[in-house]
Amino acid sequence: MARYGMVIDTKKCVGCMDCVVACKTENNVPEGYNRDWIVQVANGKFPYINLEIQSQRCNHCDNTPCVSCCPTGASHVHEIGKVVLVDHEVCIGCKACIAACPYDARFIHPDGYADKCTFCIHRVEKGELPACVSVCPTHCMYFGDLDDPNSEVSKLLASRKYHVLLPEAGTSPRIFYLI
Amino acid sequence: MLQEITTTRHNPHIDPFVHVWGWEIPIYLFLGGMVAGMMIISGYFLFSKRYKDTTCSCFTIPLIGVAFLSIGMFALFLDLEHKFYFWRLYTTFRISSPMSWGAWILVLVYPVIIVNFLINPPEIIVRRFPKLNLITSYINEHPKLIQNIGITNMLIGSALGIYTGILLSTMGARPLWNSSMLAVLFLVSGLSTAAAFVHMISKSQYEKELLAKADNGFLVIELFVIMLFLIGLSTSSAVHMNAARLLITGEYAPQFWTFVIGTGIILPLIIQLLAVNKKIKHNPIAPILVIIGGLILRFIIVYAGQYSHYINAHFK
Repeated sequence: MARYGMVIDTKKCVGCMDCVVACKTENNVPEGYNRDWIVQVANGKFPYINLEIQSQRCNHCDNTPCVSCCPTGASHVHEIGKVVLVDHEVCIGCKACIAACPYDARFIHPDGYADKCTFCIHRVEKGELPACVSVCPTHCMYFGDLDDPNSEVSKLLASRKYHVLLPEAGTSPRIFYLI
Repeated sequence: MLQEITTTRHNPHIDPFVHVWGWEIPIYLFLGGMVAGMMIISGYFLFSKRYKDTTCSCFTIPLIGVAFLSIGMFALFLDLEHKFYFWRLYTTFRISSPMSWGAWILVLVYPVIIVNFLINPPEIIVRRFPKLNLITSYINEHPKLIQNIGITNMLIGSALGIYTGILLSTMGARPLWNSSMLAVLFLVSGLSTAAAFVHMISKSQYEKELLAKADNGFLVIELFVIMLFLIGLSTSSAVHMNAARLLITGEYAPQFWTFVIGTGIILPLIIQLLAVNKKIKHNPIAPILVIIGGLILRFIIVYAGQYSHYINAHFK
């Protein structure tokens, strides 16, 4: 069974927000809400300052606090690619998953259910790439099966240095940032 | 040294810091905790055979308990964003979700309180539903059963009091809640607010005396548990230290020290110690302060907990 993940090359990302716009368009994300977003992290002391641009979204963690705390099973790990999804018809809007997510990746959709990135599973099931990956003008985003050693993402992780977000939160996130 | 994080995200109630749980959750946690305490107190009175005294509060507690719990659950219902899907809670049981445990514990709480109520229901209700007399007389013919009802009330009450704390402490993303002490804190705070409330409504001088003494005990334990809670956090990792700082010297410190520790624990403890030692008469000031302290404790824990975060940028 596949285990989908994303690899984002921070050396190539320019923070153009095309991924953000693509996601909003593809998934009809309501005005004022974001399923993905851009974070700029500046570190160091002048003139030795390092700037990293990260396209962030739900990390589709291997260890999912949002799924464990869900009282109805609305938040679940999908059989395809172990993608973390929310079943809108089962979600009661208790917001436990929002409180449990260290990445604050979720929000309450104006229609009342918890919403977040789905890795565009509706596209992936048709053999397409997630919207954000498909539009990236610098080709800095890669999507694929982390369990397949021959996939592009696995090869990148085997050959490049990378980091994940908040490893100390113990969630084993599946979005990797190449550095 | 520069460390700057900028984000394009500004999701409502998520940024700049999470505030998805408003007044409804602390109100529920407070009322749920108090009802849990009331069930334990009533259960103790039944178990210790105090129910033989007609002035026993164990006959008035159940009705008030049901009312308080229903208000609390209504607040919980108001908090749901997908309100008319709430029944989904009862089509499954998720073993890893404290909220699921809570939903099912609440299902058990009502019948247990109602059985306590049926030991000696008020005249007005018996007149309307004379068949209740059958149950009442059956229960009263079996003193052991009454004691068992007492034990069940204490057990289910404890489960209700404890789960609310576990609910928050399992949210790994909110450092302030990452302490199993929360379960003990909410249970003890529930007991102290319940003892204070029953002390106020009790008609028996014996109960007033007993509950004032018990409340003093609960308040001392609560103070100790809060101390352990803060020590645990402030000797943990950086994010936990920052979370503890929110209460000790940070944004929530004034409210915390004034209303939770000062007027919520220390002052009523002094007043009740004087009352127990017959220096002053028993009065409702101390219980009211304890109840307000318990309420504000829930607000501070829920609000400050959501504010606490893994990203240090959220701490001024």
